[in-house]
Amino acid sequence: MAEGMHRRSGAWLRESPLTAGFLVIAALFFLDLVRQLATGAVSPDTVATFLWSGIVFGMAIGLAGIGLAMTYSILQFANFAHGDLITAGAFAGWSSTFVIVGFGRIATETLILVGQPARISSDLGISVTTEPLAIVVGFLVSVLFTAALALGLDRVVFRPMRDQSGISLLIASVGVALALRHMIQFIYQPSTPSVVHDPEVPKQSIPVGSGSFTIDAHQITLVVVSLLLMIGVHVLLQYTKLGTAMRAMADNEDLAKITGISTERVVLYTWLIGGGLTGAAGYLLALQQGFLDLTLGWDLLLVIFAGVILGGIGSVYGAIAGGLTIGIVSQLSIVWLPAEFTTVAAFVIMIAVLLVRPNGIFGGVTSV
Amino acid sequence: MSESEPPAGETTAEANAEQSIRDRVWTVASASDIRLIAVVMLVIYAVFLFLGIVGGLDVNGLYSSLERVTFFAAVYALVVLALNLQWGYAGLFNIGIAGFMGIGLYSMHILTVQIGLAYPIGAVGAVLITSLFGAIVALPALRLRADYLAIVTLAFAEIIRSILGSQRFAEFTFAGFDIGFGGATGPSGTLPDPLKFLLYKDPYSLRPEPNWFGEMYFGLFDLFVIDDSTAEGMLYALVLIVFVGLFYFLLVRVGGSPFGRVLKAIREDETVANALGKDTRQFKIKVFALGSALMGLAAILWYTKRGGVNPTNFEPEVTFFIFVALIIGGAGSNTGSVIGGAVFGALLFRGPVFIERIINRQLEAEADPTTIFDAFNGVDPFIVYTTDNLSALRIVLLGVVLVVLIQRRPEGLLGNRKEIASGIDLEDRGGD
Repeated sequence: MAEGMHRRSGAWLRESPLTAGFLVIAALFFLDLVRQLATGAVSPDTVATFLWSGIVFGMAIGLAGIGLAMTYSILQFANFAHGDLITAGAFAGWSSTFVIVGFGRIATETLILVGQPARISSDLGISVTTEPLAIVVGFLVSVLFTAALALGLDRVVFRPMRDQSGISLLIASVGVALALRHMIQFIYQPSTPSVVHDPEVPKQSIPVGSGSFTIDAHQITLVVVSLLLMIGVHVLLQYTKLGTAMRAMADNEDLAKITGISTERVVLYTWLIGGGLTGAAGYLLALQQGFLDLTLGWDLLLVIFAGVILGGIGSVYGAIAGGLTIGIVSQLSIVWLPAEFTTVAAFVIMIAVLLVRPNGIFGGVTSV
Repeated sequence: MSESEPPAGETTAEANAEQSIRDRVWTVASASDIRLIAVVMLVIYAVFLFLGIVGGLDVNGLYSSLERVTFFAAVYALVVLALNLQWGYAGLFNIGIAGFMGIGLYSMHILTVQIGLAYPIGAVGAVLITSLFGAIVALPALRLRADYLAIVTLAFAEIIRSILGSQRFAEFTFAGFDIGFGGATGPSGTLPDPLKFLLYKDPYSLRPEPNWFGEMYFGLFDLFVIDDSTAEGMLYALVLIVFVGLFYFLLVRVGGSPFGRVLKAIREDETVANALGKDTRQFKIKVFALGSALMGLAAILWYTKRGGVNPTNFEPEVTFFIFVALIIGGAGSNTGSVIGGAVFGALLFRGPVFIERIINRQLEAEADPTTIFDAFNGVDPFIVYTTDNLSALRIVLLGVVLVVLIQRRPEGLLGNRKEIASGIDLEDRGGD
């Protein structure tokens, strides 16, 4: 799953005219964007805003995609419960942040339910600068909780099914997704509680051309933390024994077994690491968008799949690059499409990639 | 379907005799299948009658609950049968069912309510449009692995839902007609229910008067203390049952035809089917188009009665419900599809709502618990909180059922009744 990017050779362009056509279309869009900028049909600050929000969104999608790509390459199934792991992580983490910030002032029960049924986020005034400790603890709880949850689900649901086909596992993961999301709904009630107090969030306006665009501290937190975690994953995969074992198992499970790699141990760490990163993505997404939502992860699942497929399914680096690409492209699509079609743009790209280059733009392991 | 073993000793008979015996076995088996479906429905009715009587429903309420149960059992059976054609027969893992249902229903709305075509013509048109979309989506199916196909079909359904619910296409002009998807709340105007025209003089007036047939029909039901709306629902449920029969018959015919045998061969091993000179791509496109058309038709029949042409009716969960139902029944088996649809629609989908209503009639807690912590203050608050949130809990239950089934009994309730690809049972080598 790791060396996907090194495998490329220039030959594929000649081999696959569909891919070339795909690139031509992409180039045409880019040229049209330049034309629109030149003629003033779209202003530079608008494009800068879309680009920045695309980078923020793309980093979150890329981070969330790592776990999905890991389970895809190691366990060889499309985990449809991945989106709801994101949601579960976000809720667990924000429950803890609320308890830490509001302890003693507001009833603990209300805090655990992230202020349900009353809305208390403005009383707490949470932001990354006003309550950094609570945010860090909440983030860690998200990571640990989601890692534990992912491992628990593996033990109960997926482990007894190791010898079954990818489709059986996929169906089981759909069951897990349904049960998980509605269990969260049963506990937290259907609502979208806000978690940060917007006036407290530091913002910076950056001039571009005649206008400007705004970046805020939460977006920067998301981008920086995601980047650090991605570097961490890179170090893990390339420089540790576990990482080597994971790559070996993704390439060829039987061969990995023969060389003495304990595959169940690799699976264990896959869920722990993948789950932890997923929880991190959930917490950061809620921080950045400012509220929790029962369908936070489910709504993103297909977009994450789009990123993972674009990067070459099963490739961790591909998932990061693909997620970033999908994030930027879907936000930039607003230049041409109504804003309500951003996800449609992402899905269309995903379908197109699956049709012209099922191994993804960046290659990826095809061991599945 | 005749997966049941022919009686021992008869298999050694001559070819012709064997043929006629197989026909006879087929008839008996299918009769027993229909009996099986009838028994399942009777058990479901008994459960609901019991719950209704315990819950203190009056006679009309009991009839009405049975009518609702039949409706949901039948509509789910319809869609599950359509999925069985794609997944059970041909092994095409389509999780874009909601999208095809949406296309069928919205086409129907545009053709009948917005353009003004008659109901049957509109239905035919809508089904054709849905099958066209099915054929288009099938194109990726030609080259994709099953899990990629799943993702593509789900993405397709989500694209369809975004477009149907978008403000951009709320109203537009197409080929000279002013039509529209109506945005997030859906287009206005309900589909004309042909049965209402059978029963009423002017069905969409404020207080519709029954015509002579309606007088007769409602009069008949008055004898059994059944009110008019329940009686009307029962007629609709009957029509749905007829359609379930038609779908079933169509699938059995397709399954037994040379076309169906190729589908099953594709499901078992596409390379072999290809090697035998079958153009598997064509077969896949055709079966995808046919299955999608049936999904569209099922949606039309579903929402003609329920009203509400609305994008929220086509969330991906609808697709997963159909899958749970098919897995309950057993993919590949038509009888299993009907039973799975009925068990799902009646017990898992409708049952919890019914129980919620009955318990709410019985238990009147002083203060409704609003959070899960209030619920742990005692037994009554816990029950009230649980029943208030049954709509969430029933889907938790569905998820668990799905996981348990796929882990322990992936072949479904009916056991291994996957239709074999060959005309004769290859396991049975003949002779004693």
